[in-house]
Amino acid sequence: MILSKIFKNTLIVLTACLVLSACATKKEIATDVKGSMQGDVYTGTDTIEYLAEGVPDRVFFATNESILTTASRETLRAQAAWMRKNSNINVVLEGHADERGTREYNLALGERRANAAKDYLMTYGISSDRITVLSYGKERPVDSGSNPLSWSKNRRSVTVKAN
Amino acid sequence: MIKKIITLFLILIPINSYALIEVDITRGNLDPLPVAVSPLSIDEKSRKSFEKALNKKNIGEEISTIVENNLSTSGLFNPLSKEAFLQAPDIANLKPRFEDWNLIKAQALITGKVNYVDDKLRVEFRLWDVLAAKEMMALAFTTVPSNWRRVGHIISDKVYERLTGEKGYFDTRIIYVAEEGPKTQRIKKLSIMDQDGFNNKFLTLGNELVLTPRFNPTSQMVTYLSYFKNLPRVYLLDIETGTQEVVGDFPGMTFAPRFSPDGKKIIMSFAKDGKSDIYTMDLENRIVDRITNHPSIDTSPSYSPDGKYITFNSDRSGYQQIYIMKSDGSDVKRISFGNGLYGTPVWSPRGDLIAFTKLHKGKFYIGVMRTDGKGERLLTENYYQEAPSWSPNGRVLIFYRETKTNDKGEGFTAKLWSIDLTGYNERQIKTPTDASDPSWSSLLSN
Repeated sequence: MILSKIFKNTLIVLTACLVLSACATKKEIATDVKGSMQGDVYTGTDTIEYLAEGVPDRVFFATNESILTTASRETLRAQAAWMRKNSNINVVLEGHADERGTREYNLALGERRANAAKDYLMTYGISSDRITVLSYGKERPVDSGSNPLSWSKNRRSVTVKAN
Repeated sequence: MIKKIITLFLILIPINSYALIEVDITRGNLDPLPVAVSPLSIDEKSRKSFEKALNKKNIGEEISTIVENNLSTSGLFNPLSKEAFLQAPDIANLKPRFEDWNLIKAQALITGKVNYVDDKLRVEFRLWDVLAAKEMMALAFTTVPSNWRRVGHIISDKVYERLTGEKGYFDTRIIYVAEEGPKTQRIKKLSIMDQDGFNNKFLTLGNELVLTPRFNPTSQMVTYLSYFKNLPRVYLLDIETGTQEVVGDFPGMTFAPRFSPDGKKIIMSFAKDGKSDIYTMDLENRIVDRITNHPSIDTSPSYSPDGKYITFNSDRSGYQQIYIMKSDGSDVKRISFGNGLYGTPVWSPRGDLIAFTKLHKGKFYIGVMRTDGKGERLLTENYYQEAPSWSPNGRVLIFYRETKTNDKGEGFTAKLWSIDLTGYNERQIKTPTDASDPSWSSLLSN
């Protein structure tokens, strides 16, 4: 009886330790200096180029997802404002996937990601005839690494000036 | 055209009907059949003529080496070392001394003769059952000398067929994408080669990205995806003439093309506004039919050999899974229910199986399942591999495999591999450059 109680207590303590250590690892990833991720969405800056001051050229996605994060929406609002100011500029939205998927599905996924960005730009007043969508699937990674951070940089939609 | 090149002129002796040696190809063969491939005998005059025409010292030996290599890579046969052969090739072809071949433990013996006749290559060969001391098959045919490698492949196919009861797959070609350069800027070219890696030829220059080439049923046409002028579209290429034309010129990306089994249509995906659906185009009248209409991604379509069904990849359930439907798009049924994601379904030429790529817990698998989704079997596991393509007899799958890079992002390679349906006999296929997206042709001489 007593023995089993001790066991139970140890178990609780053990579980608590596990939970704590899990938290610790998560924190470690989030504070990675070189480039960080939230969930598995890239939140760093080291591949980003700027269309104009304060207008980043790309947004990032979670694995297999095409949902825009809060940060992505902020980036796209800045791009929309920049495009409204420069009404002669047209853009190509280049959608990409990471290398951890089959080629054909990734082509479709890249197209879906670029379209998610296009739809958002359109809701901020950019006409669809100023936007072309081009999917590269997994064919044009920016980072050749085989690790979760590299893959997170490659899951992206990049806005490129077309003229 | 290709069919015309090889003419089977005469069959010397009809194939005997009684069963002699048999090789079971339905299970992993851990005990391959010992076979002696005696070099094709050649007289001095013919030898000199071929040396002049082909710059090969002894074409008879060269052809038997092709046969040996084919039989050996099939995993079903064990060609014995020529050094142990006691009987000279010319005499063995007339009448083998079966005791001699029995002594070196050969169970089957291949003999033959090659002649230079009117600027042509004439070959005859025989297959013998050593234990029963009987001839199993004798064939002869004539072709242009430059076809000498195909002669070796055709002999291999006939031997394979006689001993296994199923058609061979040696007189075939592979179309694939040759890759070079850094991972972030790969240069890709369409490339074609014989099944054993010889006679490699680049079909495009690498100026634009090309992906996923697939043969038509006669293996004279190829459909593929090209990024020509940065517009990803499905193209058609005539291998003989080199003529290319766009066939999927829709207002958006067309991709994942394949031929219908009768070769009259191309089935492909068309992506627009974030959704991808499956369409067919009739190559004769250019009529386009929409097959699926769903807000999800529908891609990687592949017909059943009778053309009545289509298997495809869709994420309509939330994630990539394999589905089948009737060829008009009705009766859509999901068939993959295992753990993980499933992609690239390809219907086997025998009709009973679907090969696929599976992604589960960070590993990629090539596997097969029955067309109702039951009986899933995973054949090989790796860091990254995908896109299986069936040998024309449905016994072997070819696919490509990529390697993990190191901490600095270096060390990336992409190579072609094959594996038997049994899960045994995994082999890398040599290519001059890195390679991906292989597609196996039909049997060229049949």
